[in-house]
Amino acid sequence: MEEKKTLDLLKQTFPAVVKEASTNLGDDVVIIDREGLLGLANFLINKPHEYTMLLDLTCVDFLGQKPRFEMVYHLFSLPQNKRLRIKARLEENDLRIASLTSLWKNADWLEREVFDMFGVNFEGHPDLRRIFMYDCFEGHPLRKDYPLRKRQPCIKFRE
Amino acid sequence: MLGGKALSSGSEKRSGLSEMKKKQGPPAQFITTQFNSILGWARKYSLFQYPFITACCGMEYMSAACAHFDLDRFGAGWTRFSPRQADMLLVVGTVTQKLAPVLRTVYEQMTDPKWVVAFGTCTVSGGIYDNYAVVQGIDLVIPVDVYIPGCPPRPETVLDGLLKLQEKIQHQEQEWRWKKRKP
Repeated sequence: MEEKKTLDLLKQTFPAVVKEASTNLGDDVVIIDREGLLGLANFLINKPHEYTMLLDLTCVDFLGQKPRFEMVYHLFSLPQNKRLRIKARLEENDLRIASLTSLWKNADWLEREVFDMFGVNFEGHPDLRRIFMYDCFEGHPLRKDYPLRKRQPCIKFRE
Repeated sequence: MLGGKALSSGSEKRSGLSEMKKKQGPPAQFITTQFNSILGWARKYSLFQYPFITACCGMEYMSAACAHFDLDRFGAGWTRFSPRQADMLLVVGTVTQKLAPVLRTVYEQMTDPKWVVAFGTCTVSGGIYDNYAVVQGIDLVIPVDVYIPGCPPRPETVLDGLLKLQEKIQHQEQEWRWKKRKP
């Protein structure tokens, strides 16, 4: 019953932001509009829900679909022992979403990873640059349209 | 002196070497060859290794280097963590594109004579990582002397690779300080 409550409360408090709310295998899933992310996260991190842990933050590339990218946030509440998923769709030509670094410190590197691999711009991130690939690397390797065997050597190879 | 006699008669048969023989004469040639062989013997049994370990193959390297399999039996016991003190560069584990400049720097900092061993499938050919991030074989970055296959290689394979390297060192033409370098 508890999870119903959280979802209902979210729908009541953010009627313009929450597009869809459901429960999947015991976890709450909220699909939202990207503009309301920061307000929603700020609401969830405080009492009574206390989703104080950002477990993971990642992106999915649905190549061919209209809003092509989808950001996925996994939150965890220690007092409730519950997980919550937030999803937000992003258009390919307007890849930006609010940064969560002001609420969770670990969002810093996670967002840098998503920026490196998918090219999503996080507004308000203090130091948005590549984290895995080298600086001279071009493109974003985890996008579905990145060529499978494309190599970009960092130094000149022998032979 | 018996060895020298056999050597000079053997080289007489070859037409290419007879020119050299006239210039140097048999005693000089004998000394050079023997010195070459002694240097090879000394070098192959005192390999100071620099372990460039990046991935899971490191576990197998540890078991090969520790008491059970004991690389020290073959004179490769000293692990030097400065490339300037090392003879043998053991590249163990996946080398990514980002790491390639580091590997090349380490190799260039090693003093001659130096040998490189590619340890494990990832260093040999990139292994299962046929993707944007991984160098498809470290021979694209630095020259390699011995390739040890396996994912990861068994310690016996590692020892076999080491013996192969020793054989190579014994039979190669040694460089030393007062020797005339090839142009």
